[in-house]
Amino acid sequence: MKRTLLSLALGAAVSVAGISAASAGTLDDVKSKGFIQCGVSQGLIGFSNPDDKNNWTGLDVDFCRAVAAAVFGDGEKVKFTPLSAKERFTALQSGEIDILSRNTTWTMGRDTSLGLVFAGVTYYDGQGFMVKKALGVDSALKLDGASVCTQTGTTTELNLADYFRANNMKYEVVAFEKSDEVIGAYDAGRCDVFTTDQSGLYAERLKLKNPDENVVLPEIISKEPLGPVVRQGDDAWFNVVKWTYFALLNAEELGVNKGNVDDMIANSTNPEVRRLLGVEGDFGKGIGLENDWAAKAIKATGNYGEIFEANVGPNTPLKIARGINALWNKGGIQYAPPVR
Amino acid sequence: MSVVTGGDAPPKVAYFNDPKVRSWAVQIALVVVVAYFAWQIFNNTVENLREANIASGYGFLDTTAGFDLSFTLIPYTESSTYGRAVMVGILNTLLVAVCGIIATTIIGFIIGVMRLSKNWLVAKVAEVYIEIMRNVPLLIQILIWYKVVLAALPSPRNALSVGGTVFLSNRGVTIPKFIWGEGSWMIVVGLVLAIAGIWWLYRWARARQAATGEQFPVFLTSLGMLIGLPLLGYLLAGGPLSFEFPEQGNFNLRGGVGLVPEFAALFAALTIYTAAFIGEIVRAGILAVNKGQTEASYALGLRPGPALRLVVIPQAMRVIIPPLASQYLNLTKNSSLAVAIGYPDLVAAGGTVLNQSGQAVEIISIWMAVYLTFSLVTSLFMNWFNSRMRLVER
Repeated sequence: MKRTLLSLALGAAVSVAGISAASAGTLDDVKSKGFIQCGVSQGLIGFSNPDDKNNWTGLDVDFCRAVAAAVFGDGEKVKFTPLSAKERFTALQSGEIDILSRNTTWTMGRDTSLGLVFAGVTYYDGQGFMVKKALGVDSALKLDGASVCTQTGTTTELNLADYFRANNMKYEVVAFEKSDEVIGAYDAGRCDVFTTDQSGLYAERLKLKNPDENVVLPEIISKEPLGPVVRQGDDAWFNVVKWTYFALLNAEELGVNKGNVDDMIANSTNPEVRRLLGVEGDFGKGIGLENDWAAKAIKATGNYGEIFEANVGPNTPLKIARGINALWNKGGIQYAPPVR
Repeated sequence: MSVVTGGDAPPKVAYFNDPKVRSWAVQIALVVVVAYFAWQIFNNTVENLREANIASGYGFLDTTAGFDLSFTLIPYTESSTYGRAVMVGILNTLLVAVCGIIATTIIGFIIGVMRLSKNWLVAKVAEVYIEIMRNVPLLIQILIWYKVVLAALPSPRNALSVGGTVFLSNRGVTIPKFIWGEGSWMIVVGLVLAIAGIWWLYRWARARQAATGEQFPVFLTSLGMLIGLPLLGYLLAGGPLSFEFPEQGNFNLRGGVGLVPEFAALFAALTIYTAAFIGEIVRAGILAVNKGQTEASYALGLRPGPALRLVVIPQAMRVIIPPLASQYLNLTKNSSLAVAIGYPDLVAAGGTVLNQSGQAVEIISIWMAVYLTFSLVTSLFMNWFNSRMRLVER
């Protein structure tokens, strides 16, 4: 009932707030209100997760902080709105949030018919399956007849249907609205299989009663490029978000990090670094920010590699390797256009 | 000037002081304002959606849904349309609402009568039931039932079975499935004949009792017809029915017909919660019947059972039905809490469609229209029933 009311309120808000939020220009709105409203998940370890003091951490969270730092010079000038998969797009459409950074898959439908636009891919993911070790299953192709727990309103739900149909297997889906309900039902034995993006599988496994009794199957059944989303037709704000992402990638490529950024500003002779950090050129004007916008973002959160290592990398509980999320010149596919 | 005296004509007043004109004017103005406001909202919404590049209209209902639902009454696959997914949701809501209303009425009446029992223990049991069930929020009850169902029942590999035909596990109840063979229509015909026969028998027996005072064993005869006639059809057609028995698969039971645990939890919670309220309504209705009625029926020689059934309850119904109708409406609307445990009712299935298609305004309008229709139909039926049960004054 609460959800219905919220959806209703959001739906109503579309009609009232939609036009004002979309037309005034989010960048100006954000500057005048003094903070960024960032839509995140309701708790996904490594991506967006609150601690007991309501401090949010994670890769998606850090991205919002980087944008806030680029705009205000302060990575703390951001407020987080936890959203279910179902609520997320309506919240962005209605202007309740300025940016949706919530492990959201970039698809054509979402990019073209929701009045939204994806600004980049902060994490290349793919959908996987987790089962109990006791079942003795070692491949997703042996899941014929299984019950599968998943979250409603996700691409996961659609890929699942496609995969089982393509492989001519039967299954029973049990779909919940919140990720905690999904993992709870899996833990209680309602389903044999839990499916979501593979990064999510590792994150959710930590919430189980006995994480070691569960195993992630090797198959990746889909492409899940996850990235930040903004409203369509708001190009100034879109540029800020898109180029903050590129700046974090360029910083890693050029070896600029949280620790050495001040030193680089003062001493670097590399023209690419000087342009990125705003020592040379006039790129801040074009994007509507101060010239050292990228330096401030890097100072707040570190470059892309640092954000990855701090939240999901091998030294975190998730222990995810860079894989295809490495830079293009290090065997991955993360690639940013140059600043010039 | 001579004024006509003695006439009843009211003194002439200015038209704007005429109460009739005034009330019309006010009402017309109000209708115009409301209509304008509604038009503005509609227009604004359409305009804003267009401006924000959000597709609108109901055309999306014909596109392929691409997702699956765990429990469907009509054939549904991932290649069905969004419209069909919404339909599945509507039917699932109807199923749980209808089953819930029937069960909660029965339990509610029992609880209400128990509450008035002279037996201290029986009355207290009913009282405790009512006080606990109506004071714990429904959502919590649904979650508790769901946890209980999942925790108490074994996994499908160790499913409890009754003679290898009915299986019970934390994936739900699985029963054998009927396979309708050639000539099965004879069984259906037998069933229809039996129902028609019972109806006729009931009317005939009543008329005979009114005329002659003789009673006829209606119940036993009805039972016999209900079992006998379809059985006769079955035998005549040469035993066309066969069963598909559920059997152990790798993960779940294969074959048979299943009822998911989400339905069981939702049904149990809705029924038990609403029955507490109905119990109180029934108690109020019975207490509203004058004590003299009971005493008079005892004096006429009726035993307590028939006195309650024939004299008190029919009069109590007048008081019971209107609040009972609102409990039915509550139950139907409360079934939307299904979303918390993943039962694909209208809100859950519609919500998935909303999210996959992004058509928020359209889906919410469908939700409102469907619940409004359900509620109005229930109200109409209960009003009709109420007028039938009204005390006929002679």
